[in-house]
Amino acid sequence: MATKVHMEALSPTMEEGRLVKWNKHEGDPVKSGDTLAEVETDKAVMELVARADGQLLKVMVPEGTTVPVGNIVAWIGKPGEKVDGDGAAAPAPKGERSAVSGARETPAKPTPSAAPNPAPAPQPVAAVAPADATRVKASPLARRIAKDAGVDLKLVQGSGPGGRVIKRDVEGAPAATVAAQAVPRTADRAPRTGVPYEDVPLTQIRKTIAKRLAASIGPIPHFFLTTEVDMERAAEAREALNKQLGEEGGKISFNDIIIKAVALALVQHRACNAWFQEDHIRYWNEVHIGMAVAIEDGLITPVIRNADMKSLREIGAESRELAGRARNRRLKPEEYTGATFSVSNLGMFDIDQFTAVINPPEAGIVAIGSIVAKAVPDGDRVVVRRRLRLTMSCDHRVIDGATGAVFLKTLKQMLENPLAMLL
Amino acid sequence: MLRPYPNEPGPFVANFDVIILGGGPAGYVCAIRCAQLGLSTAVVEQDKLGGVCVNIGCIPTKALLHSAYIANLLKESKDFGVEASGVKTDYGVAMKRSRRVSDQNSKGVEFLMKKHKITVIKGTGVMQPGKKVKVGSDVHDAKKAVVIATGSRVKGIPQIGLEINKTTVISSDEALLLERIPDSLAVIGAGAVGMEFADIFQAFGVKVTLIEALARILPIEDAESSDVLAKSYRKRGIDVIAGAEVTKATVGKDKVTLDIEAGGEKKQIVAAAVLMAAGRAVNTENIGLKECGIQLTDRGFIKVDKNLQTTAPGYFAIGDVAGPPMLAHKGFREGAVVAEIIAGQKPHPIKYDNVPSVTYCHPEVASIGLTEDQCKEKKLDYVAGKFPFSANGRARGTGETEGFVKILRDKKYGEILGAHIVGAHASEMIHELAVARENEYTVEEIDLAIHAHPTMSEAIGEAALDSLGRVLHI
Repeated sequence: MATKVHMEALSPTMEEGRLVKWNKHEGDPVKSGDTLAEVETDKAVMELVARADGQLLKVMVPEGTTVPVGNIVAWIGKPGEKVDGDGAAAPAPKGERSAVSGARETPAKPTPSAAPNPAPAPQPVAAVAPADATRVKASPLARRIAKDAGVDLKLVQGSGPGGRVIKRDVEGAPAATVAAQAVPRTADRAPRTGVPYEDVPLTQIRKTIAKRLAASIGPIPHFFLTTEVDMERAAEAREALNKQLGEEGGKISFNDIIIKAVALALVQHRACNAWFQEDHIRYWNEVHIGMAVAIEDGLITPVIRNADMKSLREIGAESRELAGRARNRRLKPEEYTGATFSVSNLGMFDIDQFTAVINPPEAGIVAIGSIVAKAVPDGDRVVVRRRLRLTMSCDHRVIDGATGAVFLKTLKQMLENPLAMLL
Repeated sequence: MLRPYPNEPGPFVANFDVIILGGGPAGYVCAIRCAQLGLSTAVVEQDKLGGVCVNIGCIPTKALLHSAYIANLLKESKDFGVEASGVKTDYGVAMKRSRRVSDQNSKGVEFLMKKHKITVIKGTGVMQPGKKVKVGSDVHDAKKAVVIATGSRVKGIPQIGLEINKTTVISSDEALLLERIPDSLAVIGAGAVGMEFADIFQAFGVKVTLIEALARILPIEDAESSDVLAKSYRKRGIDVIAGAEVTKATVGKDKVTLDIEAGGEKKQIVAAAVLMAAGRAVNTENIGLKECGIQLTDRGFIKVDKNLQTTAPGYFAIGDVAGPPMLAHKGFREGAVVAEIIAGQKPHPIKYDNVPSVTYCHPEVASIGLTEDQCKEKKLDYVAGKFPFSANGRARGTGETEGFVKILRDKKYGEILGAHIVGAHASEMIHELAVARENEYTVEEIDLAIHAHPTMSEAIGEAALDSLGRVLHI
């Protein structure tokens, strides 16, 4: 009997997925573990993997279509095998292949049909993923190692019998196995085609950003604290360190220094390293710094775990690696969740100062502007110094004005005297 | 397809997909699997089908060991309320029974060859380039592959004067066919073969001295297993001398004198016969290896890649000739896997660290994976869980309380790094742990599986629990 291919829950919060691209087409032979399609979840583009051997008998959902988790998107079976319902089970597509033009004269384009044999009426959509949609075949030992190492078994290709994930697969699980792939672009520059406007369906990530930020700025009573930091000594330290690293590569950036300083300041001010949890506040003992990364069509905050315990070099290497994969949308769910505090940096865009929106349930975020050379008084002289403006957004339910101010003062001291980080 | 008639006179050429040299465990299983996969197959065998295992190895020794078991059982039967008086042993009768068992098994292999329409060519095969095999004056062509499964044979130690002469210096080959037993026997080598023959002959009333060059008997097994066996053998009256070097052997007409050095002491042992059980030599001579470009390893085995292909494309090697462990069940698996590779399939690779090792002496010794000493050498973070059969109800009932189950658990993930069983039926019990290791079950899954009570196997569940610090019955 043919095997159903379901839209799988590829991230913890995923409720629906957009089928970006079919890597296998009808009639192609497939093996368990093969990548069938790329699916855009609410956070990233991930792979939908075959869980059976055979031939891709039928594709139920065209590219560009959004379907709820648990829905059948394809069938795998023996060549010539009949498929249950043969298309009738395909859900009505929720999204559309391409932007629908809003031009007056243009006749409404028919929506690309999901199934080759369109169903007379869409079937009710299963709300819950069936048990086998996310089942992973893995040995008990592989499961334990994966759990310990934080490896998502769904993303590991199994080399055991029938694609079963075994010890050696998890032990050698690479960070990213897939080459970067261009994500669908929305037009940056409006084409002059006489069309007054263009309707573009919300991508999954845009929907999530909208939902989460509205849930932040609305209900969270934000307040903002700004301070200006003298970065002269941090800049000197950075130059000296990079000179020492020399050819070894892996230069240290201001961003790395700031992340480290924020993490160390949080260790001293646990009151700011907290989650608001409706009926309680969770004060974190560990420091995990979320780092906002602008990506095409949105932003994502990969997390540098235990940043207080990592060296500048480690932070630098990790943030570059995570940011790179974030831009290619190849982050694993556990790599962008669980931050205890965040940092957002628009310095590279010549922004002097800005306010960032808190990423709940975190209680604070520091917005970093550009480092600018300024004339500042030094006793009775005026000297030129490199200065940085930091703005902290605080959730007043967790952090009071003075609490935030004291934290910010520590952060300022650390950056103005980088040796303090060694204390 | 040209149907070959190999027994007709005159030179002729027959085509097969696969020609296998040797009808032992590796060869005949390879042939069956080839036939199952639709390949026309021939097996070249100069002796009886089934090879050493069926004819002068595994099978007849198991028959003799059972005779030995019965003899020992009757000696103690009074305790069980069964008095057997006038018990007499006759090795000749036991030997003849073991021959019948071997013949039945060999006939069984013959039947399997017929059933799968496999051509059996009687004679000695010599390989030629171009995937040809010459048997006598006939040359056979293999279209897909030639598989070498020529096995191994016993070897003596001529360097110290112990060349097998088949009368006073014998090998297992002769021991298995003795009509009458010697009064005394020195067994050189305390691996599986030496251990089993020492067990058999002692039960038949022979004064046995067991001599091992390495520091302990059963040197490849866990040290605790060796200890239990040494103690058990000594209790039974077998003289066990480990760490012993035979410096000189004087072979007389009806006795052999061995000069040995053990633990700094010199000793002389006189025995009516010496049984050589110190390793085996592989059969790689005169089969055309050189002519076909097939190379050997430093240790004399045929060099193979991970697909068991030799250095000559189209020529494969399996079983003893392809390297250790020299065990029939390892050969079985290689035979099946090679057939699948030749048929273009991608079989699951063989896990050589998961081949069980079994010695059928009394008590039996069975193991899989690492020994405790190997865990220490590899600096692994492990916990040893152990359960003695003296605390097992079933073992007490049958009076077989010698031995234990020991499981070596990786501390972090619970992986079963190794398992060792000494006791009655250890050979049957080890497979629970073989399945567990093959499927990467941890000690927790062993515990979760409910073990029937009362059984010897309960000791496995208890050893798993002991490794978790939760043993119930001690």
